[in-house]
Amino acid sequence: MDYLYHILVLAMIFSIFAMSLNLELGFAGLYNFGHIAFFAIGAYTSALLSLNGVPIPLAVVAALVVAGVIGAILARFTLGLTGDYFGIATLVFAEMVQLLLLNERDITRGPMGLPGIPRPAWIGSGPESLVWFLLVAGMGTAIVFLLLQRLANAPFGRALKVVREDEFVAQALGKDTTRLKTKAMVVGSVLAGFAGVLWAHYITYISPADFTLNETIFVLLCVVVGGKGTNLGPLLGGFAIVFFGEFVRFIPIPSEFSRFVAPLQGMIYGGLLIVMMLKRPQGLISESRR
Amino acid sequence: MLELKNVRKSFGGLIAVNDVSFDLGDVGISGLIGPNGSGKTTLFHLISGFYKLDSGTISLKGEPISGLPPHAISQLGLSRTFQQTRVLPFLSTLDNLISAAPNQLGENLLPLFFMAKKVRQEEALNREKAMEILEQLKLSDLATLPAGDLSYGQQKLLELGRVLMADPALIILDEPTAGINPSLIRSLVTTLKQLRDKGIKIFLVEHNMPLVAELCEKIYVMDSGALIFSGSPEEVQGNKRVIEAYLGRDNNAA
Repeated sequence: MDYLYHILVLAMIFSIFAMSLNLELGFAGLYNFGHIAFFAIGAYTSALLSLNGVPIPLAVVAALVVAGVIGAILARFTLGLTGDYFGIATLVFAEMVQLLLLNERDITRGPMGLPGIPRPAWIGSGPESLVWFLLVAGMGTAIVFLLLQRLANAPFGRALKVVREDEFVAQALGKDTTRLKTKAMVVGSVLAGFAGVLWAHYITYISPADFTLNETIFVLLCVVVGGKGTNLGPLLGGFAIVFFGEFVRFIPIPSEFSRFVAPLQGMIYGGLLIVMMLKRPQGLISESRR
Repeated sequence: MLELKNVRKSFGGLIAVNDVSFDLGDVGISGLIGPNGSGKTTLFHLISGFYKLDSGTISLKGEPISGLPPHAISQLGLSRTFQQTRVLPFLSTLDNLISAAPNQLGENLLPLFFMAKKVRQEEALNREKAMEILEQLKLSDLATLPAGDLSYGQQKLLELGRVLMADPALIILDEPTAGINPSLIRSLVTTLKQLRDKGIKIFLVEHNMPLVAELCEKIYVMDSGALIFSGSPEEVQGNKRVIEAYLGRDNNAA
């Protein structure tokens, strides 16, 4: 049962992360390949502050603010780039953040990571805390989902889609495309930071190795499998991919091949991504073509 | 209305628009003609801000607009269509129109939460207006269809409808009738005349000469990037330089 709870919490965190990426990728058409950086920024900011005695709620708020501000800065420097170049720039940004976390040992302890990240006292740390954390993650997921639904169904969401479909037309219609995309990136970054915060305080140990290109591909997979351009898609995608990954663990593999299991998991994810793009590019939940 | 002074644009060694000056004045529908490659579309891109001028100035209603980004020019009351139709294929026909409403409060984040009622009212008004325009363009039956599923001619009409959502002062149309069938052309002409009668100024590039002669009070003629003539349709038809631009000079004719 505890194992199931654990998987559920992970699925919710990745659902939030996937929904935040989808606002940029699915709605605004921004292929951000460095979204993991904001997950890491949220996790590290909240972890470092709370380890240094800042009350957890304050640390969380600070983490969201930092993620948003850095998101705005990244937007400022990358939104002049089109298509592939934007993707490459964001990918490089994520690498830079990871290198920073690895090398600023005085602050981040480098590759040793940050152990013992505190949790709110009322959640506790024993097995019974799992239910509480599940509740917190569930509420967080619901809030993020409802918030994004509000944005998606409003003129704001429609305007983002106009930008995605044809940037020239958006400009001809009087839309400030840079401003719209910046807003999408800031909100996306804050929500990714929130997912990172949950991760840090749930796992209670983070290190730069948690925030690599692999995690970027993982969350991309959640969005693409779930269905980009809808909020329900990435929400379900997060659950589907996390549960699928856990399911792969239970495939009976002879012990002499066990060292292949981890690479095999990566291969299956990669294969799944390719199959989905070929066979069902719209994902499980298709963007309704109203 | 729209005034150009010494507008110039070159791409590398090619001078696409060479020292063009004119003032549309108070004319209802003006036309811009010229052989392929004479700089008409480039001039439209310059007016709407998609290209930056090398030199010269453009002003709209007496205010300089050269140097402004396209969205700012659009917000000042200049709407345009494109030579190749550019509808938003995955959005519905109706959403294509609603999203063309200018300065929507609901496109900002905070009002969505703190002025939700006002946003809803605005959205309802925009939807109503969009339905009226669909009715006018006889596209009502297609409102819920993705715009990408419409025929080419219907997409052209939808583009015109999008322009109407903005209540513009001036519309510039790049080849509005290219590739659409005669009956749709008639309904387009009717719509354009209605707009003119409402006081909206129209400036169009068009190759269909009988149509240009029918619609436009004043015609501007470009050749090789320069404005070579302007006048009434009758004057243009009888002008030697215009005929040369289209057909070549006598001594060059084979």
